[in-house]
Amino acid sequence: MDNLQELLHGFTIAITVPHLLLMAVGVLLGILVGVLPGLGAPNGVSLLLPLTFGMQPVSAIILLSSMYWGALFGGSVTSILFNIPGEPSSVATTFDGYPMARDGRPTTALATAFGSAAFGALVGVILITFLASWVAQVALAFGPPEYFAVYFLAFASFVGMGGAAPIKTVVALAIGFAIAAIGIDTVSGSVRLTMGIDELVKGVNFVVAVMGLFGIGELLVAVEEEFHARAVSSKIDWREVFRAVGRLPRHSVALLRSAAIGCWMGITPGGPTAASFMSYGIARRFSRRGRYFGTGEVEGIISPETADHAAGTSALLPMLSLGIPGSATAAVMMGGLMIWGLNPGPMLFVDQKDFVWGLIASMYVGNIVAVALVLLTVPVFAALMRIPFVVIAPLIVIICVVGAYSVSNSYLDVVMMLGFGIVGYLFKKLFYPLAPLVLAIVIGDKAEDAFRQSMLMSKGSLGIFFANKLVTCLIVAGIALLLLPLALQLARLLRRPTPSARNETTAQEKVII
Amino acid sequence: MGRTSTLLLSAAAAVLAGTVPACAAWQPQKPIEFVATAGPGGGTDNLARAVQNIVTKYKLTEQPIVVVNKGGGSGAEGYVYGKASAGDPYKVIFGTSNAWQQPLVSKVAFNYTDLTPIAAMAQDEFLLWVKQDAPYKNAGDYLKAAASGEFKMGGAQSKDTDEVLTRMIEKAGKVKLTYIPFKSGAETAVQLAGGHLDSHVNNPSESLGQWRGGTQRPLCVFSPKRLPQGPKVTATEGWSDVPTCTEQGLDIKQYEQPRTVWLPGKVTPDQAAFYVDLMKKVQATPEWKDYIEKTSQVDTFLTGAELDRFIKEDLEHVKQVAGEQGWLVK
Repeated sequence: MDNLQELLHGFTIAITVPHLLLMAVGVLLGILVGVLPGLGAPNGVSLLLPLTFGMQPVSAIILLSSMYWGALFGGSVTSILFNIPGEPSSVATTFDGYPMARDGRPTTALATAFGSAAFGALVGVILITFLASWVAQVALAFGPPEYFAVYFLAFASFVGMGGAAPIKTVVALAIGFAIAAIGIDTVSGSVRLTMGIDELVKGVNFVVAVMGLFGIGELLVAVEEEFHARAVSSKIDWREVFRAVGRLPRHSVALLRSAAIGCWMGITPGGPTAASFMSYGIARRFSRRGRYFGTGEVEGIISPETADHAAGTSALLPMLSLGIPGSATAAVMMGGLMIWGLNPGPMLFVDQKDFVWGLIASMYVGNIVAVALVLLTVPVFAALMRIPFVVIAPLIVIICVVGAYSVSNSYLDVVMMLGFGIVGYLFKKLFYPLAPLVLAIVIGDKAEDAFRQSMLMSKGSLGIFFANKLVTCLIVAGIALLLLPLALQLARLLRRPTPSARNETTAQEKVII
Repeated sequence: MGRTSTLLLSAAAAVLAGTVPACAAWQPQKPIEFVATAGPGGGTDNLARAVQNIVTKYKLTEQPIVVVNKGGGSGAEGYVYGKASAGDPYKVIFGTSNAWQQPLVSKVAFNYTDLTPIAAMAQDEFLLWVKQDAPYKNAGDYLKAAASGEFKMGGAQSKDTDEVLTRMIEKAGKVKLTYIPFKSGAETAVQLAGGHLDSHVNNPSESLGQWRGGTQRPLCVFSPKRLPQGPKVTATEGWSDVPTCTEQGLDIKQYEQPRTVWLPGKVTPDQAAFYVDLMKKVQATPEWKDYIEKTSQVDTFLTGAELDRFIKEDLEHVKQVAGEQGWLVK
């Protein structure tokens, strides 16, 4: 239990007045950049980075990581209230969070999201504390075939998932893959699908796509369906915050399963985005109320949020121990480490014990500070929902336009964002699911790279995906998830095709996310 | 009348211009944008931010500086942006040799001639790395083992510096390597540590932590002489203990990657001169020395004709390798 001793030493570093103040400042700044879409955690952290050069490395990393926690929480706020995810990893939160908020329960939605996020983060930190050395080894075992297998698993948990017609899911995935392919291809180095627009060489930024698909797309649907401007009447009730958090233990199965998925994806390193999608997909399939997912289910919020934060937290471990940043924000922090004169890698745990354990202890404390601050702000954010739609709608358009422009100061991005808005509207009207589209945009090119790297390694043989136990397990699990709904349907058909069963499927088609 | 007054005016202007001291030639009048042609955290981004900090700390200009990242398309995004900003002296583009190498091998919408070269500020070295527990002690052993034709070489990006060097090694060592491109040097280093690759040719800073952590070690450096003496990296060895590749029978005398600074095209010589001077001032500070040492790069400063010559020579060389591989775009 050397680790415990080190951790206690870490707490003596983290729990000092200046460090607690830094945490509070970091969290508040983080919530701010998280709530403003287009700014986001990576940009926020890089803006703050120059200020930390004069600081002790421990203080600097505490400030930056607190900002990261704050931004993760803040990102969920806009996902739930306005259907605009600020970070790729909070997309899945919109699926049930937004319907619940529109339903007049924004306080419940926010408090549930924050509570489960805190739980996920806590599990992630505990994992880091006890399994630091083991986890580092697991991450090393991941070569291109294993990466591909993890992405395959994430896709598989979505295709054929009840709800949208499987063929529509496949169409959405295919469009997403095509969008992800735009720009320079890593494996061949050539320019693809830029359609003569020079600037498209940079590819399609995720934030641009998502703000259009969700923010603008949802707005268009709302304008059409309920033009009679309606404000959501939500009582600001402090007790509801605590009641919502208090109800969480009832969903302990979902919490634990999502935390496990999150930790696994964080260290392997599939990343928080794949984790939250996979967790949502699996919850939808295995939850008793799975068919109501997409209409504002509590477990539909718990699952992605828990997994997202568990993965986001445990993703810091590969960064520290191996120098692989698990997310864009981690990459910026890694740049910071180098500038402060530290080199991420296995030796960090030996040479810089104060730094590493100070940081780990600050994750415990920082998350508690973040959750306390963010729960305090719930009623304030929930009150935003009472503003009439006629006022909120233009604000959402402004936020999306400014957000898209600020990604890389480009008008093309604004135009693309509006274009995605129309695509999002059409998807909704035609009952095509948006989730697989977004998933393919976010990890489609990574999956493609991993697949082609594997093919280069094996000189074209698919046998490489069954070359060792790890990759075989992942691939088999993926195939099983892919075939499970088919097998279930087959079994049901064989038993008796009753009219009631048919009614059920049509009901499901209506609740497409 | 009109004509005389114009004449008088221009004469007065000429006198004025003559009397104002040379140092006030051109000064920026609004905020300056540093464009890093790489994502946050990469080597190019670090350079842009290091320069930003030094300029701000010593107040080398009155104007504020913002760093923006345009790393999409392996950096092409930033260069295309520079091309589109022709005549705008408030955009400074930070890149590498891919400013002239990338247009050779892929259909990107820019060429280095669309930009105004300011300086090459630091050179990053390349080394041949293998896994810590690999059986070969030197480059000779490595080449002998690689003759089997089963070796996997990793690197950052496709048809970029890493792959060019890989093809040079193939030619000089008469071996065949399977090149596998990854997104970055850092990712490649992790893949080698996990045993998924046999070797890579990372820059010192990309694999420093891994060497110190005992997961991989350098066999030789692609430089005419050994690297300068510095602090030890592992318990027993530092950069200066790494032999050169030529010493070990892998005949590639020199291969390095400059970090380059550009302005958009069509700026005036005055404006270019201001930035050349600014970069010179930056390089004279102790913070710069610190940055160079921490990132294990070599301090250089090429500008004007010297820089032009360097670019031309490098271009010829890459063209030759790319031509042999059939990479050149038509």
